[in-house]
Amino acid sequence: MTETVLNKTQTAASKAGHTGPLLQVEDLRTHFRTIDGTVRAVDGVSFHIAGGETLAVVGESGCGKSVTSMSILRLIQEPPGKITGRILFQGTNLLDLSEKEMRAIRGNAISMIFQEPMTSLNPVLTVGRQIGETLRLHQGMDEKQAEARAVEMLDLVHIPEAKRRVREYPHQLSGGMRQRVMIAMALACNPQLLIADEPTTALDVTIQAQILDLMRELKSRLGSAILLVTHDLGVVAEMAERIVVMYAGRKVEEATARDLFARPRHPYTQGLLGAVPRLGSSLEAKGRSRLSEIPGIVPNLKKPIIGCAFAGRCPAVTDICRSVAPAVETKAPGHFAACHHAPREAVAA
Amino acid sequence: MSPDTAVAAAPAAVDVFPAEVQRGRVRTFIRRHPTIALGGFLLILMVVLAVFAPFLGTSDPQALAPARRVRPPSDVHWFGTDMLGRDVYSRVIYGARVSLIVGLSVAILASAAGLFIGLVSGFIRVVDGVIMRIMDGLMSIPSILLAIALMALTRGSVQNVIIAITVAEIPRVSRLVRGVVLSLREQPYVEAAIAAGTTTPRIIWRHILPNTLAPLTVQATYIAASAMITEAILSFIGAGTPPIIPSWGNVMAEGRALWQVAPYIVFFPAVFLSITVLAVNLLGDGLRDALDPRLAKRI
Amino acid sequence: MSTAPMQTQAPPSGAARRPLLEVNDLKKHFPIRSGFLSGVTGYVYAVDGVSFSIDKGETLSLVGESGCGKSTVGRTVLRLIEPTSGQVLLDGKRIDDLPASELRPLRRRMQVVFQDPFSSLNPRLKVKDILAEPITNFGLASSARDVEERVAELLDKVRLPRDAMKRFPHEFSGGQRQRIGIARALAPGADLIICDEAVSALDVSVKAQIVNLLSDLQDELGLSLLFISHDLAIVEHITHRVAVMYLGKIVEVAEKSALFAAPKHPYTEALLSAVPLPDPTAKRDRIILTGDVPSPIKPPPGCRFHTRCPHAFDRCRQEEPALKAIGPGHLSACHLHDAGVMRPTPVTQAA
Repeated sequence: MTETVLNKTQTAASKAGHTGPLLQVEDLRTHFRTIDGTVRAVDGVSFHIAGGETLAVVGESGCGKSVTSMSILRLIQEPPGKITGRILFQGTNLLDLSEKEMRAIRGNAISMIFQEPMTSLNPVLTVGRQIGETLRLHQGMDEKQAEARAVEMLDLVHIPEAKRRVREYPHQLSGGMRQRVMIAMALACNPQLLIADEPTTALDVTIQAQILDLMRELKSRLGSAILLVTHDLGVVAEMAERIVVMYAGRKVEEATARDLFARPRHPYTQGLLGAVPRLGSSLEAKGRSRLSEIPGIVPNLKKPIIGCAFAGRCPAVTDICRSVAPAVETKAPGHFAACHHAPREAVAA
Repeated sequence: MSPDTAVAAAPAAVDVFPAEVQRGRVRTFIRRHPTIALGGFLLILMVVLAVFAPFLGTSDPQALAPARRVRPPSDVHWFGTDMLGRDVYSRVIYGARVSLIVGLSVAILASAAGLFIGLVSGFIRVVDGVIMRIMDGLMSIPSILLAIALMALTRGSVQNVIIAITVAEIPRVSRLVRGVVLSLREQPYVEAAIAAGTTTPRIIWRHILPNTLAPLTVQATYIAASAMITEAILSFIGAGTPPIIPSWGNVMAEGRALWQVAPYIVFFPAVFLSITVLAVNLLGDGLRDALDPRLAKRI
Repeated sequence: MSTAPMQTQAPPSGAARRPLLEVNDLKKHFPIRSGFLSGVTGYVYAVDGVSFSIDKGETLSLVGESGCGKSTVGRTVLRLIEPTSGQVLLDGKRIDDLPASELRPLRRRMQVVFQDPFSSLNPRLKVKDILAEPITNFGLASSARDVEERVAELLDKVRLPRDAMKRFPHEFSGGQRQRIGIARALAPGADLIICDEAVSALDVSVKAQIVNLLSDLQDELGLSLLFISHDLAIVEHITHRVAVMYLGKIVEVAEKSALFAAPKHPYTEALLSAVPLPDPTAKRDRIILTGDVPSPIKPPPGCRFHTRCPHAFDRCRQEEPALKAIGPGHLSACHLHDAGVMRPTPVTQAA
């Protein structure tokens, strides 16, 4: 049953001769209705991901980056949430699909890895069973095939003694191992898009290095596109090809990774990059250097924000910022920013 | 929604939901905490009935009238009369007094005793093991059996009923308080207070006790509800309140033999008991949700 | 700025050179009990022989990955937990064996700022009462008015508006709450503040605010800081010296500039190279350690790092390397230093 749905959605996309980006998100709004008012967690965000590309969505807590990724897979509870806009995956609007059709996509064409590997794995099932589950569900494998493939997947994510580990339970594995299992599970069905929501935030730095290394290796081997959601600009710089910066539920800037780090145009991005401590700072300056701060705090999302969401903390704020919300404009080829004052054309450096 | 504004969509103030209507404070409270509002309303209704019982068209609940035995409900006897001709309506209304007094007293006494035992247990490791094993022992006896056994040792009176039920409820409260105390002791703000030179009694008074009261209040409501049921059961089997005092358990016990001919004698006190217990439980659930910071922090 | 922490001969009557905090061979082994009646079945060797010192006005950072024992060191120094053995000296006076009543007045001199801005403030007390607690405990104010004046000054110091004192913690954001936590640590006029992952839970832009505030306060008040953190980039900004911990032991101690420019211990080297840089054009050779940190219940024999070390050889598996000076103020615990070579060809290359 699920197989036919799966084939329908997959072939429908390819039959239509889909040529656009793999995923195109248009004017996504995810609002939550609460007793205190409507929380505009994501408020009009658009971006796209091409096949095989790594796009990072960055921002601080509460900026809506995780809600964006959950909205794509429709993992938002409705109500109290409500998703509007369009999420085109290979030309099909995911918001038009039935729950059953969505289930055929989740874990198959689009899969997700989460921050906390312990709570995302079922503690009473062996890791082999959990990997096998998706394979049996989506690829119609029998138990034997699924287990063989699970061992293969554990090998792929460099878990030693895969044949033995496949029969172990999540609590018998270390944090790094569990994240590897999560990745194996997510990649089992060869997804076209992998959504990684803070995949290394809960891990120690040496383990984080292992996992990032693994993700890079697997991406070049399997060719999945990655939507990386994180607050860590170091991880972003290492992994992403393009970056979307979010602030208070809105997209404030989008550019290639090199361009964004070299020439940030939105004052928020500039402030954020200045606030990040850099390793090696003591080698350049003698004594202690100061980090640049962004004064103030994030606006309350329960009230509609008039004008630019960053106006209250922006060093370059003027009257227009407080009354008119800036549109996301092209400031240079491939570089977009939502700021009234950001220079429009690239200054030749 | 605007379909083809892929990149340059100005985030204008578009609302996915229709605008909110402003409401008054009472309506806001009811919307926010519907269970507290409903439970509180029903409970206040019962308290009013109990307090103003003499002014609510009742007659003497103990007055016998053999001539008017087992009358069905009528405009004179709204809930009918029992086998001794007593007015069931009057007995049920006065019965609210007994139930509420037992519920409230047990809740207060059991909470106070449990709080003390739980604090001692949570702070003094040496006695913790001993106290908790005693509590485990008490908990292994069903609380209704424990109450019956205690009642068998004394004479039936409202006071003794309260004591018997309280003793049976104490272990549960002590365990709860001990658990809360042990987890609070690990809180960074308690460690910061220790580092700031605060003495242990002051830590208990300022940091532990106030943060124990919220879960304890919730537990107290559940105890009140369960005490009212236990009181009714004890009275029903004749091990509780003396039969001349109108309590819902007594009224039901007296109507038991006539269940098939005069079901209203059992029916009305049962309905009142159910409503009161429901009200207290609703209040407890509502308080738990309102006081639980984890649930409250959700968007 | 600092003297070598392992210096055994104290300088003669050197009040000026005496470190504010000295920790010698500190150990904390947590017993493991498996049931109600069964006895101790083993120990978690959380801290296993740690020594360091902090001068007046100095910041020492204790870095390492989760489970290395760095937080346990902080809590043991504060006597929130009792040490198994070893010495803790505050301004030359031993505090590790003092009874609670004698320790209490000394607590005024060392305070703590915790990681979680939400659970570190009592939700039922107003900010004024939170900040007044240490002031009244140590009898630092003569009247209620005096207390209020001091609380107001504390709020000024951490750059919060004075009317904050009338509000409850939940009315503040994470960064503001962390400022309240810092104000509480400053309240008794402490010389030493132990920051246990004090900025780790904060967002980037707020983290910068708090790091700058701590640096400013240190300059203004001459505070000593024991900065416990897993975030090496933040540590590099705030610290003077760094001690790197692995599985309950310090493996390297050095001045910041020496440690970040030329780490000597293979673990420090790997730790530094694992930090992702916020620069997509950065090119560097990354040392990726294989495997996970072993359990502190059964630490490996010999050098504790040998199971993951790319340079490990036979001696490392048998003999535990001592922490010894390899340069001015630079200590490291590695057998490679004995061989006289800093970077020999790795015996086993990481995959």
